[in-house]
Amino acid sequence: MAESAVIGNLTGARAARRRERASATAISLRTVALVYVTVLVLVPVVVLLYRALSPGLASFFDTLNDPIAQHAFQVTAVVAGISVVIDTVFGVAVAILLVRYRFPGRRLLSAFIDLPIAVSPIVVGLALVLVYSPTGWFGPFVESHGLVIINAKPGMVLATVFVSLPLVARAVIPVLEQVGTDQDQAAASLGANALIRFRRVTLPSIRIALAYGIVLALARCIGEYGAVLVVSGNISGQTQTAPLLIGEYFQTFQRDQAYAIALVLVLVAFAAILAGAYIRRRQRRGN
Amino acid sequence: MTATVERVPAPAGTLSKPARKRAHTGRPLGAASGTTLGVIVIWLSLLVLLPLAAVVGKAFGSGWDDFWSAITSSVTADALKLTIGLSLAVALVNGAMGTLVAWVLVRDRPRGAAIFEMVIDIPFALPTIVAGVVMLAVYGTDGVGPNLFGSRAALFIALLFVTLPFTVRTVQPVLLDLDLDAEQAGTSLGAGPSTVFRRIVLPQIMPAVASGAALSFARALGEYGSLVLISSNIPHQSLIASSLIYGKLQDTGANATQQAAAIATVLLVASAIVLVVLDLIQRRIARRG
Repeated sequence: MAESAVIGNLTGARAARRRERASATAISLRTVALVYVTVLVLVPVVVLLYRALSPGLASFFDTLNDPIAQHAFQVTAVVAGISVVIDTVFGVAVAILLVRYRFPGRRLLSAFIDLPIAVSPIVVGLALVLVYSPTGWFGPFVESHGLVIINAKPGMVLATVFVSLPLVARAVIPVLEQVGTDQDQAAASLGANALIRFRRVTLPSIRIALAYGIVLALARCIGEYGAVLVVSGNISGQTQTAPLLIGEYFQTFQRDQAYAIALVLVLVAFAAILAGAYIRRRQRRGN
Repeated sequence: MTATVERVPAPAGTLSKPARKRAHTGRPLGAASGTTLGVIVIWLSLLVLLPLAAVVGKAFGSGWDDFWSAITSSVTADALKLTIGLSLAVALVNGAMGTLVAWVLVRDRPRGAAIFEMVIDIPFALPTIVAGVVMLAVYGTDGVGPNLFGSRAALFIALLFVTLPFTVRTVQPVLLDLDLDAEQAGTSLGAGPSTVFRRIVLPQIMPAVASGAALSFARALGEYGSLVLISSNIPHQSLIASSLIYGKLQDTGANATQQAAAIATVLLVASAIVLVVLDLIQRRIARRG
C-alpha cells in the first residue's frame, strides 16, 4: 500500500514537473509566434496608417479628390468588377465540372487552373503582350476587328482574371465535394432541368463558400500591380489604376499622395478581411 | 489577395478536414456540361496556355544559343541566383515560422488569437504595391525602422511579409484535424513533449508544411509589387528577376524582348517544378487520408 502510494506520488511529481516545463515551453513558443507576427506585419501596417494620416485629413482628402486619383479609382472599380464577374462564372463552372463529372483530362484541368498562381505577374503581362499586342501572335486579327487589347482595359481585365483565376473555384470545390450529389439527383429525378437544379439546389449549398471566394478574388483584382503595369501602359488618366498610381507617385516623389492612396487600399483590404471573417463564422455555424 | 491565396491555401472554414479524395465517381458529360467544358478549355487556352507558350516561343525564337546567352549574362545570372536563393530562404523560414504560428493558434489559442488570425490575413488582402509601401514606411530611407533601402535584407523581409499566410493557412486545418489519441498515448508511455512533436505530430503535418513552403517559394520567385519600391534595382545586389524582366520590356533594344522572355521562361520552369512537387505532396496526403 505505502509503496504504491510513494510511487504514485513520484509519478505525480514527475508529471507536474513535466507539465510545468511544458507550459514554460508553451509560453516561449507563444511569445516567439506572436512577436514574429507583430513585428513582421502588425507594426509595419500601423506605421503605414500613421504615416498616411500624419499630413492631416485635409491633405488626405485633397489627394483623393484630385481628378487623376478619382479616375484611377474608377478604372480600378471597372476592371476589378468585370474581372470578378468573369472569375465567378468561370470558377463555379470549373468547380462543378471537376467535382461532378468525369472526363478525360480532368486531373490535367485541375492542375492547370492552379498554374496562374505560380506565375510571376510580370511574366503574365509579358505573355499577354506577346499574344495580343499589335505585333503579337493575334495582333493582326485583333487589329483587323478594330479591337485594342494591350494598353487598354480589355488587356487589363485579361491580366487581372489571369492572376485571380483559381480563387473562386478553389473556395467552392471543397464544399461541392462535401455536399455530394444526392439532392441534385433527387431534383433531377423529379424532373428539374439543369438550370433549375443549379439555382435551387447547387447555388444555395455553395452560397457561403462562393461569397468567400468572391471576396478573395475581389481583393486580389483590386490590388493587382505587376501584370496590369505591363499590359496597361500605365497611361495617367486613361489606363492607370489606383495601385499603379501609388507606384507613379513614389517615382515622382509625391510621397504623401502615395501614402494617401495606399491608405484607401488598406481600408479596402481591411473590409475584405472582416467580410471574410464574417463569412467564415457563418460557414462554421452552417456546418 | 490573398488573398493570396494560391494552390489556394484553403480558407480555414471550408477545409477543416484535409481533402480526402475518394476514387472520383462523376457522371459522364452531357450536352450542356460538354459545351461548358469546351468553352472553359478555349478560354483557358486564350488566356493562359497560348500566352505562356508565346513566352517560351519568344525565348527560343532565335535559337538555343541566344536563350543561353540571355540567361547567363552576368547581370541576369546574378538576378536569377538572387531570386532563387531568396525564395529558398523565404520558403525555409516561412515553413518553420508558419508552422510555429499555426501551432500556437491551434493548440495554445492565447487570448486575442482571433485578432491574430485577421492580422495573418492582411498580407493576402493587401495589394502587393501597398505591401511595398508598408515596407518603405518602416525600412525605407525616411522610414521609422532601420534603413534597409536597396538591401537584400529588405527584399527578404518583404517576401516574408507577403508569404506569411501560406504555411499558416495550410498547416492550421491539418493541426485542427489531428487525432489527439496518439499524442496522449505517446505521453503516457513517457515521451516528452519534444519527442511527441518530433515523432508523432511532425510526420502528420509534414506534407502540409512542405506544401506551404512550396507555395511560398513559388510566390517569392515571381513577387514584384512588394519589392519594387524598396529594392532600387541595383544590379548584382538587389535586382530581382521580375524587375529585370520589366526593365527589359521598357528597353527598346534589339533583343530586349527575347531576353525578357528567356528570363521569364526560367521562372516558368521553376514554377512548373514547384507545381509538380505540390501535386505529388497533395497526392500523398490524399492517399494517406
